[in-house]
Amino acid sequence: MKFSMERGTLLKAVSQAQSVVERRNTIPILANVLIEADGASVQFRATDLDIEVLDKATAMVERPGATTVSAVTLHEIVRKLPDGALVTLTEEAATGRLTVEAGRSNFSLATLPKEDFPVMASSEYSANFTAPAKVLRRLFDKSKFAISTEETRYYLNGVYMHTADGDGGRKLRCVATDGHRLARIDADLPAGAEDMPGVIVPRKTVGELRKLLEDDDMDIAVSVSETKIRFATPDITLTSKVIDGTFPDYTRVIPQGNTRRLEVDAAEFAKAVDRVATVSSERSRAVKLSLDEDRLILSVNAPDSGAAEEELAVAYSDERLEIGFNAKYLLEIASQVDRENAVFMFNSSGDPTLMREGNDMSAVYVVMPMRV
Amino acid sequence: MPALCRDCLTQFDGATRCPACRSPRVVQHAELWDLSIAHMDCDAFYASVEKRDNPELADKPVIIGGGRRGVVSTACYIARIRGVRSAMPMFKALALCPDAVIVKPRMSAYVEASRAIRAMMEDLTPSIEPLSLDEAFLDLSGTQRLHGAPPAVMLARLVRRMRDELGLTGSIGLSHNKFLAKIASDLDKPNGYSVIGVAETEAFLRPKPVRMIWGVGASGQDSLDRAGIRTFDDLLRWDRRDLGARFGSMGDRLWHLARGIDTRRVSRDSPMKSISNETTFNEDTSDPDLLDGHLWRMCEKVADRAKAKDLAGRVVTLKLKRANFALLSRRIALRDATQMADRIYRTARGLFDQVGNQGPYRLIGAGLSDLCAAQDADRSPDLLDPDAAKRAHAERATDAIRARFGPDAILKGRALR
Repeated sequence: MKFSMERGTLLKAVSQAQSVVERRNTIPILANVLIEADGASVQFRATDLDIEVLDKATAMVERPGATTVSAVTLHEIVRKLPDGALVTLTEEAATGRLTVEAGRSNFSLATLPKEDFPVMASSEYSANFTAPAKVLRRLFDKSKFAISTEETRYYLNGVYMHTADGDGGRKLRCVATDGHRLARIDADLPAGAEDMPGVIVPRKTVGELRKLLEDDDMDIAVSVSETKIRFATPDITLTSKVIDGTFPDYTRVIPQGNTRRLEVDAAEFAKAVDRVATVSSERSRAVKLSLDEDRLILSVNAPDSGAAEEELAVAYSDERLEIGFNAKYLLEIASQVDRENAVFMFNSSGDPTLMREGNDMSAVYVVMPMRV
Repeated sequence: MPALCRDCLTQFDGATRCPACRSPRVVQHAELWDLSIAHMDCDAFYASVEKRDNPELADKPVIIGGGRRGVVSTACYIARIRGVRSAMPMFKALALCPDAVIVKPRMSAYVEASRAIRAMMEDLTPSIEPLSLDEAFLDLSGTQRLHGAPPAVMLARLVRRMRDELGLTGSIGLSHNKFLAKIASDLDKPNGYSVIGVAETEAFLRPKPVRMIWGVGASGQDSLDRAGIRTFDDLLRWDRRDLGARFGSMGDRLWHLARGIDTRRVSRDSPMKSISNETTFNEDTSDPDLLDGHLWRMCEKVADRAKAKDLAGRVVTLKLKRANFALLSRRIALRDATQMADRIYRTARGLFDQVGNQGPYRLIGAGLSDLCAAQDADRSPDLLDPDAAKRAHAERATDAIRARFGPDAILKGRALR
């Protein structure tokens, strides 16, 4: 195998591969990227056995062939090469090494046989549709902060992507929760997604997927089966197993009858929360919201470190209410609001609170209060 | 040389018998009137309480421990002569001492006795650091004017009161720091009184094995062994920096201890670090229902103790010992600390399911650590478990009923498995 590529193109392909590869793993071949050169293109394939990424790039292929080499090492080398350099990769049949040449730099890397590289079994996908990168980006960006890291509830370690009845018809919906807060994000249902099975997309896959969604105008081909999900651009295909578990019935968690309505400028609110939380205890991060006629007082009282108070002018016309939250959770949901005011719907100081952007029901957040 | 009669508390100058009462129970030491850090350790505490409460046991070997599969928690001195030791498996103890009377522990009686001893200590000094029910450090510095007698006398009076009023004996170690006081109390057991002064500290320690250091267990001993350190003499040959490099923070402590230096204070409330309970089964089991029942009971006990101390914890630990003694331990941190049996159990149960059934098991235990005050706990309920609030109310109500009508007044069905 021998081919040449521009350094930038190679770096992009290899960096996608090396981020999928697990740093610590006991199976040596899983640290490697499978490089296959054929025709006018080269494919880079990497896997951690749960996720597989396949990146196709155009190259000047002199001699077709395939081999595997450490993804991290190759990435480091290419990263350090000067921008614009032409990189030539050659498999030396005699030594079994892969040489990487660029300008006056020359590297020789150990390889492992391509036959040992595990290729993810192909799957029958029951639903195929395309969605603009922008739409998928919103679905995942606005929900991923709520993904749980708790291992015993592994079924919460991802974003639940499914179809559901939302505001104005059937929607493509992403939900994530860790039991303290929940995000429910809707998008218009793309044609072909009607029969899609609901799947839990693992946290790591969400992170890898994000790199495919930078380009606003790109269309992403999505394929879903009960056990796998695939996202593809013309160059990159990301295939992932989904979490084998049942996502809890989140619908009963979303409060329907909360009537106390607070409307506040999200950015002002976030800044104020951030300020008063400076003195909150490291452990609880508790912030108290005291609501009265068009007035919100944010306060923290931590016996060990001190106290803080800040007043905000808001729109509130219900009876007085005092309710506590974890400042981190408030900041996270407030930062999801980017166009209009944040609208909080409260019930009592012990019940879940709902937050949305203006009257937009396509992105709804629920946060559990804490006793203060 | 200053001397003290342990029976009549007469202070005199060097003699092997008390000039007042002719008792041979005399302590003498050049620094006797100057030392003020002490360690008091009751002799075979649980067994002594049992013998006191049941005189028929007085001349019999008595072992306190649970069941045939359990371990010896305390052995009386008669049983110790036969080779029975604490923490020895019960079957082994019975092989050594087949006529032993095995008594199930009566914790409430021991707690009561311990409280009485504690009250007597409070009369001596406010600076008490209990290590367990039956031992404590006492700092009597600066109490001489108050009591009109040096610490050595007050300590002798303490054990005499324990004997006369409670029918229990204890051994005193008197020295100039905690490390040496603890070693001293063990030198002359039972009913002993030992003194280690400043002057002889180094000479005393030099030939002693380093495993005497409190906190150096079997594995610590192994790593010291590999470094060729067996006695304090070996330790003295080490450079301070080398010890630090080899043993980390422990190295510095070893360097100081080798020279008999220990600057830790006797502190009244050395904060509790964790609460845990475990049980060894009569028969190894992999029966999920049985294990579940045991797990619930362990979690409930942990919660009971946390509630009694107004504490809560953020980390829940599950401990399992397999039939081949392999230990499986899993832990998980909660977002929100808890003291509720229900949450501890549900969390531990999650860990148990994660382990999968690798039984049969011989032991199961649950623990709570990363402790904090109860008022900072259970503040943020779980969105996905809306019934949790109801269960928490039920648990509080159950606690109230049990507080009023006794621990068995109301039980979970699960507890009966």
